[in-house]
Amino acid sequence: MLTIRRDLVDAMVAHARQDHPHEACGVLAGPAGSDRPERFIKMANSASSDTFYEFDSRELIELYRELQSQDEEWVVFYHSHTATEAYPSRTDVNIASYPEAHYVLISTRDPDVHELRSYRIIDGEVTEEPVEVVESYMFSHTGADDVPDVP
Amino acid sequence: MAVTVSVPTILRTHTGGEKSVEASGSTVAEVIEDLERRHSGIKNRLVKDGSLHRFINVYVNDEDVRFAGGLGAAVHDGDNVTILPAVAGGANW
Repeated sequence: MLTIRRDLVDAMVAHARQDHPHEACGVLAGPAGSDRPERFIKMANSASSDTFYEFDSRELIELYRELQSQDEEWVVFYHSHTATEAYPSRTDVNIASYPEAHYVLISTRDPDVHELRSYRIIDGEVTEEPVEVVESYMFSHTGADDVPDVP
Repeated sequence: MAVTVSVPTILRTHTGGEKSVEASGSTVAEVIEDLERRHSGIKNRLVKDGSLHRFINVYVNDEDVRFAGGLGAAVHDGDNVTILPAVAGGANW
């Protein structure tokens, strides 16, 4: 399950639309160990391609250091498919090397309606997971009728 | 030449779960040979046909070795070697 704030979904979709027909890519970072995406980070697609994406290797190490220094980690890697469905291609699966991350795919093939799905990709095996879009994380793990604890 | 090597999650099966390990060598190739002696199987994950795997990035003090001589890149005592798999993919089949 990927629980994710709506503004982060909107930011990823906007980036994918903006770069269409090139594939767009980026990261959602969150506090280390939280599995909670909080920060949207747009990355350059060094391949500048309609059918391939790759983070620039220098940007990747810079981001890695930045996250380390702030006790954050990458929670989501996202990229777009611009002419096909939001499902990992053979290329995606073969290259995926971060079992700790959620892989979010966004399809922009339909100009009006995007498709957004999330996966774990571990040892070449793809497992789709539900995506729960929330307005805020504050109550996302409690029932709808829960009230905040009074100190 | 002793260096510290940061190991990504996907390769920690070779290092008993360790995120960071010691190795020695005066080039990236020698460091990888030493890693292989200590953590069997890791070399095949990094090197293919005598060069770095296309989708593995190796950095010496945050410099991508692809732009510094590849496996022949020099490594000095106390350097940090970081292995980060590329983040890449795409719709091409």
